[in-house]
Amino acid sequence: MNLDIWMRENPFTYILCGSYAVALIIFVVEIAMVKHKRKITLQQVRLMRNAGDEK
Amino acid sequence: MAINWFKYSAPTTFYGLAGKMIPWFAFPSAILFAIGLYIGFFVAPIDETQGEFYRIMFIHVPASILSMFLYLVMAGYAALGLIFNTRLSAMMASAIAPTGALFAFISLWTGALWGKPTWGAWWLWDARLTSELILLFLYLGFIALHASIDDPRRADRAAALLAIVGSVNVPIIYFSVRWWNTLHQGSTIKFSGTSMHIAMQHALFTMLAACWLYAIAIVLARVRSIILERERNTTWINELPEVRS
Repeated sequence: MNLDIWMRENPFTYILCGSYAVALIIFVVEIAMVKHKRKITLQQVRLMRNAGDEK
Repeated sequence: MAINWFKYSAPTTFYGLAGKMIPWFAFPSAILFAIGLYIGFFVAPIDETQGEFYRIMFIHVPASILSMFLYLVMAGYAALGLIFNTRLSAMMASAIAPTGALFAFISLWTGALWGKPTWGAWWLWDARLTSELILLFLYLGFIALHASIDDPRRADRAAALLAIVGSVNVPIIYFSVRWWNTLHQGSTIKFSGTSMHIAMQHALFTMLAACWLYAIAIVLARVRSIILERERNTTWINELPEVRS
């Protein structure tokens, strides 16, 4: 089916999936990346601290 | 009791404060998103000319406003860092850039989705659209430039210059619909009033508040990681409970 016809017949699906679902995915990915970055940074800081203690 | 606000401009004190503030912005943001979406999809009436497609504006407009305002805040922090050589300002500018870029992307993406059924095209080289695309490139340029320089202090200074120079683009985006004959519509909400239905206004302002709170929460969370990374050689970082555990 042509996209133009489909979007006119299913405007709610088009709006929800096209914009709101994409925005939600972007927010979820951003939150996951920030959490992952914090986890990695904390691991690095702990490693450096432990290495300093051993010396 | 007088509060010494300058105390919180040091990463040492701001780190803890930011950690305490995140839930106060994150949870209300989630609640406001739910309320805004409910009003936007189930309470706000159908638009006479645009039909259901106008509902894209409840995410498109807040994303566009945030993308512009966050750039100005980022440039402000970058300028503070450049002038006063304050560590936290540069860290804040670095923390804002990815969120601003994502809001600029959401603005362009949702604009394209609205443009197809309304204008008949995903993209037009319209002044408003083009200047918003330049804003996205400025954010990406800031992130790339900062990442390409190994010394963080030098990276802060170089990226700050780009942020300050690029801030000239924000008024161009805002006034583009007045200065040029653009296809993009002008502001519907003005200081003199609006013709927008009250339910539409409620949905729009609720979503705008939700996006604001989300942006603050995520920037605070990111700046905490940046502080940890940059200050990892200091004793106060090594004495933090999350590092000691």
